[in-house]
Amino acid sequence: MEDGERGLCGDAGQVNKRELLEVYYRLKLARDFETRVAEQYAKGRIGGFCHLYTGEEAVAVGALWHLHADDYVIGSYRDHAYYLIRGGDPGRCMAELFGHADGPCKGRGGSMHLFDADIGFMGGYAIVGGMCPIGVGLGLSIQYKGEDRVVLCSFGDGATNQGVYHEALNMACLYKLPVVWVCENNKYAIGTSVQRSSAERSMAAKGKAYDMPSYVVDGMDFFKMQSVAERAVADARAGKGPSFIEAQCYRYRGHSMSDPATYRSKEEVAYWKKRDPIPKIKAAVRHDFEVSDDEFEEIDRKVKKALDAAVAFAEAGKELPPERVYEDVYVEE
Amino acid sequence: MPKLSYRDAINQALAEEMERDESVVVFGEDVAEYEGSFKVTRGLLKRFGPKRVFDTPISEAAIVGMATGAALGGLRPVPELMTVNFAYVAMDQILNHLALMRYMFGGQATLPVTIRMPGGGGHQLGSQHSHSAEALFVHTAGLKVVYPATPADAKALLKASIRDDNPVIFLEHEGLYNFEDDVPENVAPAALGKAALLREGKDVTLVGYGAMTHVALEAAEQLVKEDGVSVEVVDLRTLRPWDKEVVAASVAKTHRMVVVAESPPTCGIAAEVAANIYEIVFDELDAPIERVSSADVPLPYAKDLEQSCIPHAPDVVHAARKAMNIRTETVEPETRDV
Repeated sequence: MEDGERGLCGDAGQVNKRELLEVYYRLKLARDFETRVAEQYAKGRIGGFCHLYTGEEAVAVGALWHLHADDYVIGSYRDHAYYLIRGGDPGRCMAELFGHADGPCKGRGGSMHLFDADIGFMGGYAIVGGMCPIGVGLGLSIQYKGEDRVVLCSFGDGATNQGVYHEALNMACLYKLPVVWVCENNKYAIGTSVQRSSAERSMAAKGKAYDMPSYVVDGMDFFKMQSVAERAVADARAGKGPSFIEAQCYRYRGHSMSDPATYRSKEEVAYWKKRDPIPKIKAAVRHDFEVSDDEFEEIDRKVKKALDAAVAFAEAGKELPPERVYEDVYVEE
Repeated sequence: MPKLSYRDAINQALAEEMERDESVVVFGEDVAEYEGSFKVTRGLLKRFGPKRVFDTPISEAAIVGMATGAALGGLRPVPELMTVNFAYVAMDQILNHLALMRYMFGGQATLPVTIRMPGGGGHQLGSQHSHSAEALFVHTAGLKVVYPATPADAKALLKASIRDDNPVIFLEHEGLYNFEDDVPENVAPAALGKAALLREGKDVTLVGYGAMTHVALEAAEQLVKEDGVSVEVVDLRTLRPWDKEVVAASVAKTHRMVVVAESPPTCGIAAEVAANIYEIVFDELDAPIERVSSADVPLPYAKDLEQSCIPHAPDVVHAARKAMNIRTETVEPETRDV
């Protein structure tokens, strides 16, 4: 979809069917990509730490909906969906997860460290909160050069206890930089709940402490997510400084592929699954427009085709040879 | 040739690079309105304005992270960490982000960040203010580490560091800020990674960097005067990458080497130089390599006690005599290793 075509707003009556089907496509792409990743991980084709976004898709799709092509997105190691929604190629993404040379980071980054400046995706980072000051720096470069751009920086509830997170929010607000902070509050940092780790239970209050507009939003609902993000992004773009969005959401799976998530009850998981963003979008389309099941299925087939091709592309590739291990440590003169 | 202080040489390098390249920005704690806690950034705010020279909160990790992000966004930041000791607060951002992002992201990130850090002990600043952290940076792939000993080098190497597209840790010795020496009118950037032969000789090689280069030169004078030997002095100037060729060539000529570093001996720069020289020119050595280092303790506050922990010329003289197998009447100094 072109930048100018996007006109989705919180009031469903004013949107068009094509936009909603695009939302469905993006949610489905993110959801099914992660399912494929889990399959490939189980087959041993993906190694190390692998963190799936399953359940949280509306946060990324909603937060990114109003961004321009040249805005910056930066976030955590739970980054596959952000990379794809930003416009990254699923095949290259899968190749990176396989550690192959035709991934965007030549297989040197892996699942946690996707990066592609061409699509404005400035990295997945493994150090919780570590990306926050880097987001501040991107904001500084925008302000310095007078560019019409914003930074969207995402992180989890755990990051709000990290020291550098506080340093970063303070500086961004002090200098009124164009950074939108998106906290994915999925209630847990690995096995430690927000109740057990944060004296201040409200993530939004921890943003408000730095004197910026702070929102709490249902991160399982695309419409609400994009509505709040639209305002925050517009404010940043207009030079009003940062905003803080606490997106309440849930990851259906464990923290990573190694986590069986026994710290959560079946009832809790079921409660959140009932609020799944994908049925919500389908219901919204059906409510406002004429749409056949076949139209949804066509999108499902499109997604399946893209993901089949992505896995095939990744399977056909291979790693950088050992002789190339010293490349890119430095910019050589 | 005009004389310039180490401090003013750095100040001029900053000003000239900012004049030349609009993407160069300077920020840190008290660098703008206060003009720097060591007055190194004096006059920059007035000349270049608050957009390009600005003060930050006390947030070393975010200062470094912000520099990293600004570089990703096309700027050429030259942040200051008030002293090298405060770099410890920012170590994750330096070692686990800035140093490795280019590599980790497949060569897609170019990070032309130069972090200036005053350091060095000997002024009763106490243990938390007296670190020599260069070994930690030199240990880390992806960083370049520079440590000038002279004003001319400070200017030439800072210009080069700023123009280098890689992350550079630029260390300055606080004790040298007032040191004045010849600096030419026009200073071109000097190549990083090249050592300087400050004094030619054939009986022993003294290797130093930062303030210890001057200690080595002082020791050389004493050795020549008292023992009639001929002493070669090498100033490393860049610590990562360091000039193995020049040092090895010197040892091939003199066959004996002393490395002096104002830092504890364990896993320090002297150990790095010694290990490599043993590998490269083992057959040329006529004696074990001597290392003169600080005491392996956090530096104490008390004046004389602190001075006893830091290398001075007599320590280097003693080590050089040991390497040259010249008997002396002096008492063997207490061993520096814990």
